[in-house]
Amino acid sequence: MKYIDEFRDGDLARGIAARIGAEARTDRSYHLMEFCGGHTHAISRYGIKDLLPPNVQMIHGPGCPVCVLPIGRIDNAIELATEHAAIVCTYADTIRVPASGGLSLMKAKARGADIRMIYSAADALKIAQDNPQREVVFFAIGFETTTPPTAIVIRQAQALGLTNFSVFCNHVLTPAAITHILESPEVRELGTVPLDGFIGPAHVSTVIGSQPYEYFVEEYQRPVVIAGFEPLDVMQAILMLVRQLNDGRAEVENEFTRAVTREGNQKAKSLVAEVFELRPSFEWRGLGEVPYSALRIKEAYASFDAERRFGIVYRPVADNKACECGAILRGVKKPTDCKVFGTVCTPENPIGSCMVSSEGACAAHYTYGRFKDVAIKAAEAVVE
Amino acid sequence: MSAVRKDYIRPVDFKHGRVDMTHGGGGRAMAQLIEELFAQAFANEWLAQGNDNALFAPPAGRMVIATDSHVVSPLFFPGGDIGCLSVHGTINDVAMAGARPLYLAASFILEEGFPLGDLRRIVESMAAASRDAGVPVITGDTKVVEQGKGDGVFITTTGVGVVPPGLHISGDRAQPGDAILVSGTIGDHGVAIMSLRENLSFETTIESDTAALHGLIAAMVAAVPAIRCLRDPTRGGLGTTLNEFARQSGAGMLIRESAIPVRPQVNAACEFLGLDPLYVANEGKLIAICPREDAEHLLAVMRAHPLGTDAAIIGEVIEDPHRFVQMDTAFGGRRIVDWLTGEQLPRIC
Repeated sequence: MKYIDEFRDGDLARGIAARIGAEARTDRSYHLMEFCGGHTHAISRYGIKDLLPPNVQMIHGPGCPVCVLPIGRIDNAIELATEHAAIVCTYADTIRVPASGGLSLMKAKARGADIRMIYSAADALKIAQDNPQREVVFFAIGFETTTPPTAIVIRQAQALGLTNFSVFCNHVLTPAAITHILESPEVRELGTVPLDGFIGPAHVSTVIGSQPYEYFVEEYQRPVVIAGFEPLDVMQAILMLVRQLNDGRAEVENEFTRAVTREGNQKAKSLVAEVFELRPSFEWRGLGEVPYSALRIKEAYASFDAERRFGIVYRPVADNKACECGAILRGVKKPTDCKVFGTVCTPENPIGSCMVSSEGACAAHYTYGRFKDVAIKAAEAVVE
Repeated sequence: MSAVRKDYIRPVDFKHGRVDMTHGGGGRAMAQLIEELFAQAFANEWLAQGNDNALFAPPAGRMVIATDSHVVSPLFFPGGDIGCLSVHGTINDVAMAGARPLYLAASFILEEGFPLGDLRRIVESMAAASRDAGVPVITGDTKVVEQGKGDGVFITTTGVGVVPPGLHISGDRAQPGDAILVSGTIGDHGVAIMSLRENLSFETTIESDTAALHGLIAAMVAAVPAIRCLRDPTRGGLGTTLNEFARQSGAGMLIRESAIPVRPQVNAACEFLGLDPLYVANEGKLIAICPREDAEHLLAVMRAHPLGTDAAIIGEVIEDPHRFVQMDTAFGGRRIVDWLTGEQLPRIC
């Protein structure tokens, strides 16, 4: 496959791996966080860890849009379908996220709620046009990548004069989450989460550009390398981070130059600015309330805002006590540190959201990497 | 003149007619549909007898039976339709025991309002597939459900076959050291279906691989009677079938990503749909496990058959009490090929 295979070449990978091995100093460690679930997935699926020296460690970040969605917001979406009899449209993985009372959108669907899985925001608009007698709500989730399409359908709905279409907006912002992690006591004061550098988002950065990350490297003195989602992108970004750390530099570097500019996509950004505004605060699963970390629909488009239209009341719901998703999303714990990982919490019956999406740290490790835990346990048994 | 008037029955209107409740009611309309469509298309001595069953003498040896329901949407897709699919699917399930398929039974659930012309296309496609395979449909049943309670047509087929002496093919027989083979490119059927789904529709040159594999299997078991496992990786694809073998046999599997044949178009479609070809359905492919020393010979026999030209050895069975299916990625790492979570796409066959 042209333009894909080039970025998955095994020989090139071994070449970069050899350079990382040669350049990584043996007297220190490198704790690098990949923010995005797309990177987490690539690392697990292609077995990138196998190519890294043991002192270069990857920490999975909170950049999986499904994983950070709090239970209360899913409950709200289920209410829209069950109590307001709306057709609720959403992206695939969202349907499986556990909600309160043992429900999920998928289980609500099996009980008769009209939940539709869609591939694009435009599909939701089409469903509204095809069902003029029904209320149709697009349950919009995601980071900056999926926000512009939501803005477009809201504008289109207005242009078409649709009166049965609205959006339940749950779009969140990457920079706010990165700041939150860097400000967390584990990173800042306790130092229990060593975090030496970041692999910056791929698709998000195509929209917002590389400029927003300049603040982090300045304020927190941590290097950021923006990388594509292909495995060679990730390898190259790791090498660039190792080099920055060796040189004592903290800069924004862009590995993903084929898609990301400093300014980002101006058209998409202005669309988003026209339709959305900042929320003063938004709850993230695992991170809690994060100030100015999400978007809501502006007054000018209020009639397309499901929260206003249906008077949605948000009620926060605590995670299952045994679930460590919160600590995992902050990089404080690894999936295998969680008692329920792989036992009662599996992709078929997820307790926490990290086990739902293939981009979630737990699901990625369960699906692609858990055979390695067996080897670790066996080795520990021998030592004991 | 008092002569008895000659009977005239208006023929079934396959051009504009639609299935109605009388076609399943047990009366004249049903009898007429069976006579003018099913009995003519499948034309054989058993159906000609007009019984509700079919009588045949059991052959010597061990018999095998398999049944399969087909609910594919859309009913017509590049490379096939629900009709030929329902014949191939069951023939393959019977043949995967190493058997020679003998007879089929077919059961139709029709939805009121379904165009009779489409039904005829489907039945004729089924009849052609059954003739080509040499496996007649010798008994059947038709039911009609009210509009909105079905989706056009569902077809269940059941097949029987006979296993030649000396063969012991079963999913629980894989042993560490055995070779794993696949008969050709994976994911073609699933991608062909997906290309037509209303909310996906993309253009592709990929056609479904739907085919009856008993000819290929006859050649394989004749050449290598020591074959241990055979299965067609339909729903859930290659990844699921290997996990089934691993669980049944209590062994692990180790495959090489670079050895697995995948068409570039299938790879490309999976790439933008976010799917993994390892889990995409096939309808004309099989996975075989055989002793290591027979692998090259078996591969040569498979490649010599028109339905096995792209066959490949993709890995081996290993000792692993955890029964993991592992894969060396083309990238140089190693990962699990796990059971599929949820479903990649519903109603693929």
